[in-house]
Amino acid sequence: MSTATEAVRLIPKPTDSHECQLLEVSMGPQHPSTHGVFRMDVALDGERVVKLKPVFGYLHRNHEKIAETESYLGSMPYTDRLDYMCSLTSNWAYALAVEKLAGIQVPERAEYLRVITAELTRLQNHASLIGFLLQDMGASGTPLMYAFREREKILDLFEALTGARMMCNYMRFGGCRVDMPAGWLQQAQKVVDAFPRFLDEYEQLFTENEILMARTQGVGVLSGELAVNAGITGPMLRASGVNYDIRKVDKYGIYERFAFRVPLGDHGDVYDRYMLRMLEMRESVKILQQALRDIPPGPIMDPKTKIRGFRPKAGEAYGRTESPKGELGFYLISDGSSNPYRYRVRPPSLVNLTVLEGMCLGQNVADVMAILGSVDIVMGEVDR
Amino acid sequence: MLEAIKSEIEANVSGCRLEVVPNSSPSGQHSLLIDCERALAVARFLRDAAHLRFDYCSNVTGIDWPGKEIVEKEKIKKLVDGVEQEVEEVRKTQSAGHLEAVYHLYSMEKKHGPVILRMRTKNRSDQTHLPSLTPIWRSAEFQEREIFDLYGIVFDGHPDLRRILMWDGFEDHPMRRDYVEPDDYEYEPTPHDEVLEKSKQHTHGVRAR
Amino acid sequence: MLGEGILKGLAETARNFLGSYVGKDRLTTVQYPEERLPQIEAARNFPFLVYDGPDWQQGMRCVSCLICEKECPPKCISIEKSKDKKPDATGKPQFYPAVFNIDVSVCMSCQICVEVCPFEAIKMDVEFELSTDDRFGGLLWNKERLARSNEYYRQIHPTEAAAVDAHLAEDRAKLEAKSKAAAEAKSSATAMVSAQPASGVAAEK
Repeated sequence: MSTATEAVRLIPKPTDSHECQLLEVSMGPQHPSTHGVFRMDVALDGERVVKLKPVFGYLHRNHEKIAETESYLGSMPYTDRLDYMCSLTSNWAYALAVEKLAGIQVPERAEYLRVITAELTRLQNHASLIGFLLQDMGASGTPLMYAFREREKILDLFEALTGARMMCNYMRFGGCRVDMPAGWLQQAQKVVDAFPRFLDEYEQLFTENEILMARTQGVGVLSGELAVNAGITGPMLRASGVNYDIRKVDKYGIYERFAFRVPLGDHGDVYDRYMLRMLEMRESVKILQQALRDIPPGPIMDPKTKIRGFRPKAGEAYGRTESPKGELGFYLISDGSSNPYRYRVRPPSLVNLTVLEGMCLGQNVADVMAILGSVDIVMGEVDR
Repeated sequence: MLEAIKSEIEANVSGCRLEVVPNSSPSGQHSLLIDCERALAVARFLRDAAHLRFDYCSNVTGIDWPGKEIVEKEKIKKLVDGVEQEVEEVRKTQSAGHLEAVYHLYSMEKKHGPVILRMRTKNRSDQTHLPSLTPIWRSAEFQEREIFDLYGIVFDGHPDLRRILMWDGFEDHPMRRDYVEPDDYEYEPTPHDEVLEKSKQHTHGVRAR
Repeated sequence: MLGEGILKGLAETARNFLGSYVGKDRLTTVQYPEERLPQIEAARNFPFLVYDGPDWQQGMRCVSCLICEKECPPKCISIEKSKDKKPDATGKPQFYPAVFNIDVSVCMSCQICVEVCPFEAIKMDVEFELSTDDRFGGLLWNKERLARSNEYYRQIHPTEAAAVDAHLAEDRAKLEAKSKAAAEAKSSATAMVSAQPASGVAAEK
């Protein structure tokens, strides 16, 4: 991270031509389209991007160091604040890693609750991401507000279940904190049943829109090969045509019980990333329908796991999940005490930015916003 | 599986020394300690071997293992007051400790994994160099920068090794276990533990309320 | 035809605009603060301390065991344990918090204090209109500010409070039965020991 002294600077080009100078623009950190406090040092040749260096750290609070002084349970509310759009999937990833570390079994009902909450999280994340993407490209208000209207219904469900709309702090090692209140299942069913209609309308609004197509098709192309090598995960990877979904590969939780498909893109451009998220939401609705239908009664917590004084045996474990942004992993090393010796978050948002420069080079400066919007980053997770 | 991979690497990369680091937790994720000189060759083999194809480096972690005080007790025969007696002698030595980089590898093509590689520096003060694996897996680029920033491991061969989360003028490495944070106490109404100690220094023993 | 997609999209916005006059699901916003959404029962905001009976100082359930202070992730609770014991709502002498402060500017509403409290003494409030212009005075809540009656708890979280009440009543009944049985056993044992030492063992069982 370096401090921005001037927002715009002219750099004399090494050639002796007078009319052609590089313009260095500092985009961010308070730019409305950078999804938080994120800065890009961009050098422009006319409209064309010739250099782009992302600058991080404005939201850095050393989450990993804090976790080393907290108990295992005490880090759970902090994971909410990593990717604050999707606290429930972050909770799950952390719970999964601790369960691997300590060898804890999760009761079936809790697994279903986790799938339901995680897929609802995916729905609201993807819907609002598309809203943000369109907002960045100049469709101010309308798409984002439609997405937020639907998100609101899902957040109401989260509040009724977990007590909080965004900072849910819901999952525990060996289960979930509380069972669903009376009538929640019916309410969730209603929201899920209504969601495909919203998706139809949402697609009606964008998918064939000529302006959207002109702005996104062939922009920010990422090849599958580079995506794999650069560790890109999540919808961005699959938009480049690589079939890798951790829900299918690792089959963590109970994902092998649900019939769903993994949508793949062809071109790896911004439009594919947009389209892929649309298709993924439809698959999530399928998973939700099955989970809401099959959820069994029973306990929601492993009775052997203590809330207080939780001390896993010395050792290490890496647990990973498919969060809406990509592969979210937690790497924990225990030395047998009540707080982790090392606590590492593998942030999908940060790693997905590795190829940002490569995707933007040669594009117009206005396309940078669209490309960044399609990566789907949350600074709470990038900077940790 | 790890033993098989180990013997395969040894057969294909000449002169490499590998060691399996066991993991006693129920996760059963054992790891391979590789030597720094052959690290790139080992990584390239793991990525390119047709049946392994670990094409995806998911996670790169830095770990700090500070030096420990090793207490050795030795019984030595000594002449005490003219009589030979067994005397226990205690020798205390300080081990140098090391910094460690851990790579979690998966295969997107074959859909298997993880294989965990570890590399260790010689000590924590002046010999903190490790070879960068960014030329093999680009996903390590930002994560190695982060380790350089927070732990101070210098990755040789990294294309752009700068601080990533802290600002450029920052000194020291905040994730190290012996890091002392700057004394920038602010009034805190509910101080605890270390914060309470700190507040005492600043408010002269009066617990702030 | 070029522009067809845009027209389709405009038809969609028109549908939403007109629909917002008839359908509640297209217009979900309300005119706060004149109009309010119904309170969701499970909602949580900041902690409060529960007391039984009419007097908050006497009825406070907190016995100052310091567990929540230790477990609180951002360390926003600060408790000073009393030196003496005072009778609580049931008349049993207990320690009490001489000072119980929560810095709500630090609190992150994670509810871990509620989960770890073995005495059902700290619960989550639903009040959210808490803005103040005094960062230290207005956001540092002392025990008087934190004390809320059990009736209030029942009112904001009826289901949860009913479960807590049942659980506490059960505990109390058990305790009473135990002390009663112990007292009976003691009296009968002493009675029997004097008469028949052999059957005293059976009575104790």
